[in-house]
Amino acid sequence: MPKINYITHDNQNYTIEVANGLTVMEGAVQNDVPGIDADCGGGMACATCHVYVKEDWFNKLPKKEDGEEDMLDMAFEPKKNSRLSCQIIVSDELDGLTVNIPSKQG
Amino acid sequence: MKKTDALIIGAGPTGLFTAHQLKLIGLDCEIVDNLDKIGGQCIELYPDKPIYDIPAIPQCTGEELTNNLINQIKPFNIKFHLGERVNEVKKEADNWNVKTSNGTTFQTPNVIIAGGVGSFEPRKFPVKECEKFENQSVFYSIKDKKMFEGKTVSIFGGGDSALDWAVELSKNSKVNLIHRRDEFRGAQATVDKVHELAKEGKINLFTKYQMTAIKGENKLESIDIKSDDKEFKTLKTDYVLGFFGLIMQLGPIANWGLNIDKKTIEVDTEKFETNQKGIYAVGDICSYPGKLKLILSGFHEGALAARACFKLARPNEKYRFEFTTSSKTIKERLGVKSD
Repeated sequence: MPKINYITHDNQNYTIEVANGLTVMEGAVQNDVPGIDADCGGGMACATCHVYVKEDWFNKLPKKEDGEEDMLDMAFEPKKNSRLSCQIIVSDELDGLTVNIPSKQG
Repeated sequence: MKKTDALIIGAGPTGLFTAHQLKLIGLDCEIVDNLDKIGGQCIELYPDKPIYDIPAIPQCTGEELTNNLINQIKPFNIKFHLGERVNEVKKEADNWNVKTSNGTTFQTPNVIIAGGVGSFEPRKFPVKECEKFENQSVFYSIKDKKMFEGKTVSIFGGGDSALDWAVELSKNSKVNLIHRRDEFRGAQATVDKVHELAKEGKINLFTKYQMTAIKGENKLESIDIKSDDKEFKTLKTDYVLGFFGLIMQLGPIANWGLNIDKKTIEVDTEKFETNQKGIYAVGDICSYPGKLKLILSGFHEGALAARACFKLARPNEKYRFEFTTSSKTIKERLGVKSD
């Protein structure tokens, strides 16, 4: 199973095996990784599963859909490398993906 | 103080159907919601998104579902208190005394929390010092636009609220519009208008900028903004407006002595009652073994909680189960003719 690394804002590291087909958000929520709220449950409607993805990985991820950038306007401290983790679907290619969780979701 | 058999917190689908069930069995109820409209998440987060798992409705949008539920409770003339947040819930003898942010008070034996993920609150600026100026020179909504006349106003955001206010306030104020990227998500006509006003020099447009600091001793003086390319600017400004949509916060519910775990409230599955007698939780906000966060589960939970309310509201009567197809009493309550 692909391993996803979640790093919280206070530098706690969670390495979680997440099954192919689940989202990075689901991997966090199902394993009690703190800092990803996902209030809307993955509907790309709330921007509370916001994460930062370092450039090397950011460019390897499938591109954002239109609505994702609109939702990121609402996120807490969005940056160039911001993504909504509910829109990143785990696959073998993403084994080792590292995402940084912001200090707050809102 | 208003007296009612049951007070429902939350006007989303679960709250609406719970009201229906209460009225059907002859109890009165009122509904409070922090949003200024009925529908909860269905209206605020996904009014246009199709839902496919409402029993017997193959497909409907959040808005259609809300409208249908409003139609379904129309015969009952239920009183809504919108734009009010429930702040206090206190026990007094056999009743709960409830107080809202507008000072409305209720006395009721039953409080049903149908609060989704909490109440919708405006999202705020990440810059912490903004709190110091909040409601004086930093605002997340506008009540009276007159105060901005002749002043400099810095507006943040890229959606319709930010754009509409930038256009409107540019008539009588000096407007800075700051957004984190080049594209705006507002209506195309408004976006065009903003670009036109920017060209005419009536709006100062700063795209790919975000706020990094806010300055002023007793009075707001200026803000610092930073671009993606790490370029800093200082803007003198009298007011700052932020339009970043809404976020759900559990809020005061956390202070009512309920067993809360991961932003959800523990309930039993017979009455959907919390650890406090006479306080129930239904819909997305409740948790129990096997809980599914589906709208249909909220309907079931509300129906059972309503029956539990009957006992506390009518201690000397016996609840009698009846079908809507056959009960004359229910048909009278619905205002429809009996066969």
